[in-house]
Amino acid sequence: MSATLSATTLLAVPMAPLLGAVLAGVFGTALGGNWVGRKLSHSLTILGVAVAFVLSVMTLLSVVNDGARFNETLYTWMVVGGLKMEIGFLVDGLTAMMMCVVTFVSLMVHIYTIGYMKEDEGYNRFFGYISLFTFSMLMLVMSNNMLQLFFGWEAVGLVSYLLIGFWFNKPTAIFANMKAFLVNRVGDFGFILGIGLIAAYAGTLNYTEAFSKAGELAKLSFPGTSWMLITVICICLFIGAMGKSAQFPLHVWLPDSMEGPTPISALIHAATMVTAGIFMVARMSPLFELSDTALSFIMIVGSITALFMGFLGIIQNDIKRVVAYSTLSQLGYMTVALGASAYSVAVFHLMTHAFFKALLFLAAGSVIMGVHHNQDIRWMGGLRKYMPITWLTSLVGSLALIGTPLMSGFYSKDSIIEAVHESHLFGAGFANFAVLAGVFVTAFYSFRMYFLVFHGKERFDQNPDAHHEEHHDAHHDAHDDRGHHDAHSGKPHESPWVVWLPLVLLAIPSALIGYFTIEPMLYGSFFKDAIFVNADKHHAMTELAKAFHGPLAMAIHALTTLPFILAVAGVALSYYMYIINPALPAAIKRSMQPIYTVLDNKYYLDWFNENVLARGARALGGLLWENDKKVIDGTLVNGSWKVVRVFSNIARKFQTGYIYHYAFSMIAGVFLLMTYFVWLKP
Amino acid sequence: MILSLWHFLVLGAMLFSLSIIGIFLNRKNLIVLLMAIELMLLAVNTNFVAFSHYLGDMNGQIFVFFILTVAAAESAIGLAILVLLFRNKSSINVDELDVLKG
Repeated sequence: MSATLSATTLLAVPMAPLLGAVLAGVFGTALGGNWVGRKLSHSLTILGVAVAFVLSVMTLLSVVNDGARFNETLYTWMVVGGLKMEIGFLVDGLTAMMMCVVTFVSLMVHIYTIGYMKEDEGYNRFFGYISLFTFSMLMLVMSNNMLQLFFGWEAVGLVSYLLIGFWFNKPTAIFANMKAFLVNRVGDFGFILGIGLIAAYAGTLNYTEAFSKAGELAKLSFPGTSWMLITVICICLFIGAMGKSAQFPLHVWLPDSMEGPTPISALIHAATMVTAGIFMVARMSPLFELSDTALSFIMIVGSITALFMGFLGIIQNDIKRVVAYSTLSQLGYMTVALGASAYSVAVFHLMTHAFFKALLFLAAGSVIMGVHHNQDIRWMGGLRKYMPITWLTSLVGSLALIGTPLMSGFYSKDSIIEAVHESHLFGAGFANFAVLAGVFVTAFYSFRMYFLVFHGKERFDQNPDAHHEEHHDAHHDAHDDRGHHDAHSGKPHESPWVVWLPLVLLAIPSALIGYFTIEPMLYGSFFKDAIFVNADKHHAMTELAKAFHGPLAMAIHALTTLPFILAVAGVALSYYMYIINPALPAAIKRSMQPIYTVLDNKYYLDWFNENVLARGARALGGLLWENDKKVIDGTLVNGSWKVVRVFSNIARKFQTGYIYHYAFSMIAGVFLLMTYFVWLKP
Repeated sequence: MILSLWHFLVLGAMLFSLSIIGIFLNRKNLIVLLMAIELMLLAVNTNFVAFSHYLGDMNGQIFVFFILTVAAAESAIGLAILVLLFRNKSSINVDELDVLKG
């Protein structure tokens, strides 16, 4: 520990966006009297996030250059028994990197929003929400204890809920935000159980203190069973990560969250919030390392997500949903890497993914604006010449996503595949297959979308629903309902500079950051005290380090390996199917109708949730309610008053209201007492 | 004839029994009821005075003064209640005064 960081500076990082959020969200809306106008509102929030970004970069620089660390409690909220509930910051390589990613993407999204939301009446509210989100996410990543982590966790969930339902007049948006909230509750239930177990057995919520007791926890077993306590803790924590990071089977909320405005899909549902689960597992690596069972579980869940969610991306026609399923699949990749004990690789992919997925989402938003709020990629095509900047940046994003050598996505994704290959846990074989097949699927759906949107015939004037009819799938942007009516006809146009500038700024790291950061992040000392790997048992990272000879060599070597060939095959297939022979997909769809139906219904998981879980819970509730009426209300509550009534009906007969009756009973009583005391008592 | 303690106690018992009979037999008049209660207190007073005299202890007679005072206050309050009762119900018939029954 050489240099230290100032607590004030660190405190300013989350507080600046919070201040912006309060000013825009409270004083800029009807809630606080509309004091802050639109222009001031976006200036203030952007300023707040920019301050946070600059301070984060300074923090990152001093962490990297001077080895600065910070781990202190700033405020004790309360002490319950021996359990301290505190607010504090832990800054090391992992935190500093997350801070920069969050604030950078957030800043880009803030700028982008000026253009994207300019016609929306909830403009100030929107800025208030995204700044609040930035604050919550920073609190989450900077925390030095699990309570604050949980606070940030729930706060980002709340903001996500608010933003999915941003257009609260739209029934589908309300349905989607309710779904996101409920599914996240399932995950959070597991998460809080995990935290509770740690608090119960380690007696502390502080990371450092809890991790120092990890060895003791590993020896215990869960009371009443032969399960290892640490396995139960880790799986509980991971269930929380499954909810937040949308892992199978708790992924169902993420595609529906696309009901929200596009900047939100980029910021919350692709780049930052959904990676909170990955971050949490990486942060808790000293615990997860102790349980091979939990790691196997993580790896299997991740590989199911990575592969099967990719398949769903192939058949989606909504541009945002394609990107959403791609996000799910990429989150699956990160989870697989966590399972393989390659935490740093997972976090590395988290970072590169944040850049290129935010880029792809913002580009999708730009396309949606360009074609006048149509989201159906079947009615786009040939946009290359109308939207050159969006086209180029999307190409960069797509190339990064499929793992083209030298692009950022290549380094992270190839490292994941290698790490899984080296893992020998139960389920690693399946995971290896899933991530390899996933490369092909990713390449196919990414370039399917890319070709359909930017190349091929221009179809945007053929959309049967574009004009005054209702959109057939009801998933369209609510913008359709508010203005823009005059602009519906006409050519697509490039978006204003506030929209394309973030695209360009995101395209640069999407393309380059992997090349420059792979060595320090994966094989250097960047994460050395943030992530713990038991190298004797889980040697994936050691093997990876042996095979690594610099980023350029890695890229050249990759040209001959299977993932690259699969990616090229995916691109080639999509080129053939959507450019050379556009009639083919429909023919395939007809001949494979059963598979298409299964995919179109998303493996019937929504059906299962609605009909089995939701209806089952309602039926159970109905059953319990009937019993409640009979047993609790009927027997206990009504029964007791009936018994009291019977006895009091007898007792009230004695109270006649006549004085002489009372006098008589008094005298009779005195007489009896006297008889007793005078004659009967010796 | 010498008056012994016995005579006084018999007198007290007779007064007490009289007042109890008064309470039981009287179904009409609340004033008679009050008078019966006063009489009951006087029977007790007679006993106190008799015992005090024959035991040579003055405390019993002091007690009588207390009881008399309390009885006076009590009958004043009782009569005041009675007046109010009559004003409201136009009756002091004991048989009609049973609003406090359960």
